[in-house]
Amino acid sequence: MSAITRADVEHLGRLARLNLTPEEIDNFAGQLDVILTSVARISEVAADDIPPTSHPIPVENVYREDVVRPGLLRADVAAGAPAWEDDRFRVPRILGEA
Amino acid sequence: MSAHADELMDYDQAVSLFEPVIGLETHVELGTNSKMFCSCPTEFGAEANTQICPVCVGLPGSMPVVNAVAVESTIRMGLALNCDIASWCRFARKNYFYPDMPKDYQISQYDEPLCTDGYLDVIVPTDDGPQVFRIEIERVHMEEDTGKLTHSGGDTGRIHGADYSLVDYNRAGIPLIEIVTKPIPGTGALAPVVARAYVAELRNLMRSLGVSDVRMEEGSLRCDVNVSLAKPGEPWGTRSETKNVNSLRSVERAVHSEIERQSALLTSGGRVVQETRHFHEDTGRSTSGRSKEQAEDYRYFPEPDLVPVAPSLEWIEQLRASLPEAPAAKRARLQESWGITDFEMQTLVNTDALDVIEETVAAGVEQSAARKWWMGEFARSAKEQGIELSQLRVRPADIVRVETLIREGALTDKMARQVFEGVLAGEGDVDSVIAQRGLVVVSDDASLLAAIDEALAAQPDVAEKIASGKVQAAGAIVGAVMKATQGQADAAKVRALLLEKLGVSE
Repeated sequence: MSAITRADVEHLGRLARLNLTPEEIDNFAGQLDVILTSVARISEVAADDIPPTSHPIPVENVYREDVVRPGLLRADVAAGAPAWEDDRFRVPRILGEA
Repeated sequence: MSAHADELMDYDQAVSLFEPVIGLETHVELGTNSKMFCSCPTEFGAEANTQICPVCVGLPGSMPVVNAVAVESTIRMGLALNCDIASWCRFARKNYFYPDMPKDYQISQYDEPLCTDGYLDVIVPTDDGPQVFRIEIERVHMEEDTGKLTHSGGDTGRIHGADYSLVDYNRAGIPLIEIVTKPIPGTGALAPVVARAYVAELRNLMRSLGVSDVRMEEGSLRCDVNVSLAKPGEPWGTRSETKNVNSLRSVERAVHSEIERQSALLTSGGRVVQETRHFHEDTGRSTSGRSKEQAEDYRYFPEPDLVPVAPSLEWIEQLRASLPEAPAAKRARLQESWGITDFEMQTLVNTDALDVIEETVAAGVEQSAARKWWMGEFARSAKEQGIELSQLRVRPADIVRVETLIREGALTDKMARQVFEGVLAGEGDVDSVIAQRGLVVVSDDASLLAAIDEALAAQPDVAEKIASGKVQAAGAIVGAVMKATQGQADAAKVRALLLEKLGVSE
């Protein structure tokens, strides 16, 4: 059973801004298929009384008090930024890149 | 991109041919002290990138933790909108590439919103009297705001043609709630007015709950406006989505112009494209943005760094019991108690004066006097400064003091105005302004009589008229005395002294 098609991988590649070669697409389609098939096998053995989980720890309602605490100094942040101008992160042009 | 202007159809003709269906998505920043998932401050107007930490700039290894007050505020808003509150729900990652979020995803809620299926009644004035529209609420969910981009290079700071962009992440991570309506049919020609009234009522509601101060001019409330048209009896058409409509007036105008645009398109054999449109405040029109023909794929999935939100029934009921009076009920109660007309009440609401006037009346001032001051001098001053009434320096206690002094005869109306002028200018409280400006009512008979003598001597012809019984001429002399005393005399007393002196009666 093949759950993942070449078209799926191409689509995911586009969404993740990855330039995939035809060989890579074939390769990843096979690998992702193995992963999905394995997960599907787990679903087969899980009985109806086992609800799907999205988190490994069964914890709920973890909250923070609404209190302000100091964060980062701007100079430190600037030092770590690839490009910085006028106290702001400088990023490449946004539209027209695709 | 605005190379060609869209054809528009005359509005009256448009709504005679088509039934508009509208929908609104409203984003509001909550008024919490700290951000949604970290402890950074949320103050508006801080210097760029001074309210950031590893969580809100998405540094590797940093972990978000939910702000308890943001959850509480969302539940209270949901309850006020008559929603069901989920007993268990999760946050979701919305993945996209855009530098307004440094993580490359926004934490939001997707298929498990905290609040669902509510409604809000809005009242719209029509020629046949006020009409109530029930706006059905699809969902209210929590998410985080994005950073602020400034586009540089190219032409005038717009994203198109920009060479690069600069990002300030102070706003990234500020708690937002998004309130989504179900499609609203049946408003006909009133669609733009209903849309505006709905957003205004949402704003009133949030202010009354104290979950947000909703400063629209600071961008703390933003609307996406959906419009589609249908011929009567036919299925709804394709909708467009106009993004980032940021004032009540713009909401109304955006719906209005979109109805005109789509009608022109449909009657000339064209079709409406499902797309995002950008609203322009200056022209009141929108232009086409990106097309949504290819549905966006945000690859939502449950946020693995956060645990589910599962509010207990006890907590929800406790919040429900502590909700304040709904704005509509409060308006009805105050209108009756003050004995004012629909129109007068609407004016107070439109000026955002209802709360301060209510506070002033509660402090012991007559409602008519409270309305006079807030809707007159104070509203003018706030408008000049571009701020809200509640941000003025004058407090209800100041009005109580001034009204008391007027009643005791220690201040005239004119002097009261000068006192408030000083208070508004920051010269101090009522008594210190009076002391500094030397505002004392001249009430001793000797000085008033001296001023009257002077005025009579200056206008002998008027003096003669009054003495011959033409009492209405007295105004000229009283006016001269008031002028000579710089408004610090009691006009009624001046008049009485004058008539007595000339031996005539009213």
